[in-house]
Amino acid sequence: MKAFATLLERLAFTNGRNAKMQILRHYLQDTPDPDRGWALAAITGQLELRNIGPALLRRMIAERVDSELFDISYDFVGDLAETIALLWPEPSANRDISLTDAVGVLQSSSRNGQEIAALLDQLDKNSRLAVLKLGTGNLRLGLSARLARTILAQMSDPTLPEIEEIWHALSPPYLDLFAWLAGENAPTPDHQAPFRPVMLSTPTNLEELEKLPIADYQCEWKWDGIRVQLVSDQGVKRVYTRTGDDISAAFPDAIELMDFDGTLDGELLVGREGQIAPFADLQRRLGRKSVSRTMMAEFPAYLRVYDMLIWQGKDWRSEPLSARRAKLDSITFPSPAMDVSPLLSVTTWQDLADLRADPPLSVIEGVMIKNSASRYVGGRPRGPWFKWKRDPMLIDAVLLYAQTGHGKRSGFHSDFTFGVWRDEELVPVGKAYFGFTDEELRQLDKFVRKNTVERFGPVRRLKPELVVEVAFEGLNKSSRHKSGVAMRFPRISRIRWDKPAAEADHLSALEALL
Amino acid sequence: MIAKRDTALADTILFPRPEGLYCPLGDFYIDPVRPVERALITHAHADHARAGHRHVLASQQTLEIMAIRYGEDFTTHRQVAEGEIEIGDISVSFHPAGHILGSCQIRLIPKIGPRIIVSGDYTRTPNDICPPFTPLECEIFITEATFGIPVFRHPDPVEEIRKVIASMEEFPDRPHLIGGYALGKSQRLIRLLRQAGYDAPIGMHGALKRLTDYHIEQGVDLGELVHVDGVSGPRLCLAPPSAFSTPWVHRFRDPVIGYASGWMGVRARARQRRVELPLVISDHCDWPQLIQTIDDVSPEEVWITHGSEAGLLRWCELTQRPARPLRLVGYEEEDQ
Ligand SMILES: [Zn+2]
Ligand SMILES: [Zn+2]
Repeated sequence: MKAFATLLERLAFTNGRNAKMQILRHYLQDTPDPDRGWALAAITGQLELRNIGPALLRRMIAERVDSELFDISYDFVGDLAETIALLWPEPSANRDISLTDAVGVLQSSSRNGQEIAALLDQLDKNSRLAVLKLGTGNLRLGLSARLARTILAQMSDPTLPEIEEIWHALSPPYLDLFAWLAGENAPTPDHQAPFRPVMLSTPTNLEELEKLPIADYQCEWKWDGIRVQLVSDQGVKRVYTRTGDDISAAFPDAIELMDFDGTLDGELLVGREGQIAPFADLQRRLGRKSVSRTMMAEFPAYLRVYDMLIWQGKDWRSEPLSARRAKLDSITFPSPAMDVSPLLSVTTWQDLADLRADPPLSVIEGVMIKNSASRYVGGRPRGPWFKWKRDPMLIDAVLLYAQTGHGKRSGFHSDFTFGVWRDEELVPVGKAYFGFTDEELRQLDKFVRKNTVERFGPVRRLKPELVVEVAFEGLNKSSRHKSGVAMRFPRISRIRWDKPAAEADHLSALEALL
Repeated sequence: MIAKRDTALADTILFPRPEGLYCPLGDFYIDPVRPVERALITHAHADHARAGHRHVLASQQTLEIMAIRYGEDFTTHRQVAEGEIEIGDISVSFHPAGHILGSCQIRLIPKIGPRIIVSGDYTRTPNDICPPFTPLECEIFITEATFGIPVFRHPDPVEEIRKVIASMEEFPDRPHLIGGYALGKSQRLIRLLRQAGYDAPIGMHGALKRLTDYHIEQGVDLGELVHVDGVSGPRLCLAPPSAFSTPWVHRFRDPVIGYASGWMGVRARARQRRVELPLVISDHCDWPQLIQTIDDVSPEEVWITHGSEAGLLRWCELTQRPARPLRLVGYEEEDQ
């Protein structure tokens, strides 16, 4: 556990990509099985151990530390798991527990936390923090699974594409993977309908596009749904997200539509009678493990595909996009709820800019630009594919409430609730935690301290004076919000020190965007 | 054993004024933040030891360090603290605090009323650069509380310094720069590196030179040190933290930057520093040491100042020890 805790600490403080890779590589080389496999699973997000919640943490520490001393400590540290790791009584003897044993405890422990407490009792400060971060599913290392696989490829003969190809068929602690890296046979994926690495795009803009010959590219709408990989392999059908999560159980109606043999890349949407519904409809179906019949009837799945990886046993990934597209266009899908995403007919980049500026449906969130010669490569290669998202929506709102942040921002008011006018009153329409610079954060904090009208615990009600420009990606109807609307991804894009509150936007302006 | 004295008079013997902590019986201030007629100085850190007082009473080393920092004319009258010294109607004595070279706690013994100890900054962690803090009898103990929150438990400093050596093995091609303030911390880091078995030459930023030379004159063995001027410096260099935001750092290619302070024990604080190698090494008491010291000294009353008073006050309340905050202004956050 100590070695793993040190690894986490080093990764947390190291910024350079190469340095991070070096630290992880050294760890994987120096650590025996199965510990290194569990570590790899933990840092690539393959370990689901979210069994320690904040309530359990608070209860465990309340049995050990005076509540007032805890509050003082938490206020200073700003992170619950870290506060508890630091406050926990020190072990009587200096011992070490293997990561494998610790993972075992975390996987099997019951709700009351006694096993976890007994584990913490034996660990030093750093190891306690590592266990709590694991158990709360909150490692946040800034190290992607792809980067970890790159390191594995550096350590041995198998190449990155070879590792990527079988990655999703592997499970921790990856004994077969490490054996393969050490020269033994490659592991064989033991299940059908495997996930293949997805090809991703990079952002662009008109200025960048103007440098490219438009004739070499094909353009499509960018759909505001869920990117999915549809796999139908000898009767086994699966819907994967772009990170390889299997969401088949939540979308049996999508599985129903998949009457083909192959692996397709596309967008999962909600649609009725050939009409695609807004993202808000799809959102009703997200975050569920299973789905009711009424839900499926009201919000039916719709599949819109735009690429092909495998078709009837043939791997098409090394073919150019133009060939994959031609093949795709030749297929007729039996259901009206599954089709191929149309190509946009444009002859200049300005044509594309015009389409992007005025898309026919709200569920379109921009355009995609793909090189017709591109092969299908997993990951985010720079160059062949671009996304050009529509501009964010903007409103001018008034700051109503503020709360102090945690961590790096502890001591600063950095969590804001803002509102717009409805008749003579201001109604809250959203919250924003970011978008401002450090300097603006200081200015906002100063404003909050000077203009507090009332305090409820950590929340301050403000004199409704300061107007901020809020940028957001979309708007949904919401019965949970007093205003009836909920914003997607709101952030403060500008502070309008110059603008009087009376000139902030009205709720009707927002409703018009629905 | 002298009978315990009544603490009721304490407020008339020592109390805060804008200039600093004032004792009317001897008409002096302890660690005043503004120029005064007569000052008693616990130690030479800049926010405790300022120039411009007419009389200064302090340890020999504190006076010498002040002269190095501010020039020989930093005061009109210097007096070296030795034994019991009568000042007006009160007797004072200086005792080691274990914090930095020359650092002292000051005990005040009035003819009537409680004996008061002003601890200054202190630590109980062994530091072979200066003699250790010893608990002394008193009725009022004034303690610093820089790390007066129970989350602060500083690890063994020798273990902590081994992280530097481990990082140098991990990144053999990258120079390592460790930040620590010029007086006390830098020299301590060198001593720890030597104790951990690192015997190669260590580079020094120019701003550390005078005070480090003084430590060597005082008999502190720091091994081979080299001044960093050209490009081909040693693999490990010490510098004041401020140097990392100056062009000085540009002479090193892709350095690993470390920083030694007790604050590094909390991640958010360590992240604010934007260093790759945070080292939890402090010359202040951590929480267990603060508690241990209050326990050892066992005063009638604890006055808490200079840091996180609330945590220590709560602990005193829980253990039924009379305590109160002593609000002094003008001191910076310690252990930077
Ligand atoms: Zn000091
Ligand atoms: Zn101090």
